[in-house]
Amino acid sequence: MAKPSTFGNMVLSLSIICLVCSALLGVVYSITKDPIAAVEARKVNDAIAAVLPQFDSTEYSEDGESQIYIAKSGDGIVGYAIKVKTSGFGGSLQMMVGFQPDGTIYNTSVISHSETPGLGAKISDEGSAPRAGVRGKNAATANLTVSKDGGDIDAITASTITSRAFLKGVNAAYDVFKKIAPAPVEEQGEVTSNTEENE
Amino acid sequence: MSKLRLILDGIVKNNPTFVLVLGMCPTLGTTTSAINGMGMGLATMCVLILSNITISAIARFIPDKVRIPCYIVVIAAFVTIVQFLLQAYVPTLYETLGLFIPLIVVNCIVLGRAEAFANKNSVGASALDGLGIGLGFTIALTCIGLVREILGTGAAFGYKFIEGDGMLAFVLAPGAFIVLAYLMVIFRKITSKKA
Repeated sequence: MAKPSTFGNMVLSLSIICLVCSALLGVVYSITKDPIAAVEARKVNDAIAAVLPQFDSTEYSEDGESQIYIAKSGDGIVGYAIKVKTSGFGGSLQMMVGFQPDGTIYNTSVISHSETPGLGAKISDEGSAPRAGVRGKNAATANLTVSKDGGDIDAITASTITSRAFLKGVNAAYDVFKKIAPAPVEEQGEVTSNTEENE
Repeated sequence: MSKLRLILDGIVKNNPTFVLVLGMCPTLGTTTSAINGMGMGLATMCVLILSNITISAIARFIPDKVRIPCYIVVIAAFVTIVQFLLQAYVPTLYETLGLFIPLIVVNCIVLGRAEAFANKNSVGASALDGLGIGLGFTIALTCIGLVREILGTGAAFGYKFIEGDGMLAFVLAPGAFIVLAYLMVIFRKITSKKA
């Protein structure tokens, strides 16, 4: 069937195969590079558009592990979309939270998750209890934890851990928001949100 | 062997999932819905056909002792190409299949066919063998995915026809084993009668 193996022909044949394969991969990579970048960009833009009111342009910045997109319409800031990562029941949970300039949560979007299908995975559904619960709330005034932990938000039935993770993400995003928002929420003395200790 | 026979063998007599019981990792992992199973099957089929063709064409020039590394490099190249293409043009499918795409490289079906068939047969026969085995894998994964989706969520190919949650266990890991086992029994029953 095959040729007898000598050191020379083994090295030669493996080298040729590796060379050809890498050349091929290089070509395919350069062809698909732009479409892949476009897909990634569209995903982020869709998420921003989903969590904020109408805007014209976005400005990008970073804070630690979170990505911040400041949405502007003309010169005015319409809102802040903050992308954060927490860990849910099944693994990492990436989400985006949109704040209006006064700190009110406009909407949330779950970008990727690995929660249990049929249970925690409902978090990707806009109408799920915690996501509907935080909409229009302000983390400065509301206690954004699940009702089981004494908070104001209902958890997804049988998925408290996922709901907790989601709310932890919301609170983490709010912490980032507090740091970057130019005129913080008009409140005297920082009300330390009692949300952290609950986890 | 006739051409049709070669393809049919891949689907029935040598069905990779139900008869050879190869490639169990993606079989259990990706069949949470019919569409996911089908996507995984088709991606594997593409790789299998391409790698079978290439390996049968170059097998004569490869020294015996380094044939496995050579096959793996060829297979890995094709898998990466399929991965790039999926990521660029079918991003939704790419997201659900995720980690399982790169894992096609170590799928025993692909290397198994290279070793058991492609390096002894002509290019044409190897292509047909890849097509047959690929179709067999795709059909098997689609069936498992379909059953799990129907029982688990009351939907088929994403189209929901029963309200409510369904038997969740079937979408989770245990359901994969149960469905695979029962389908294997049914498949054996049908094929053993014929033979």
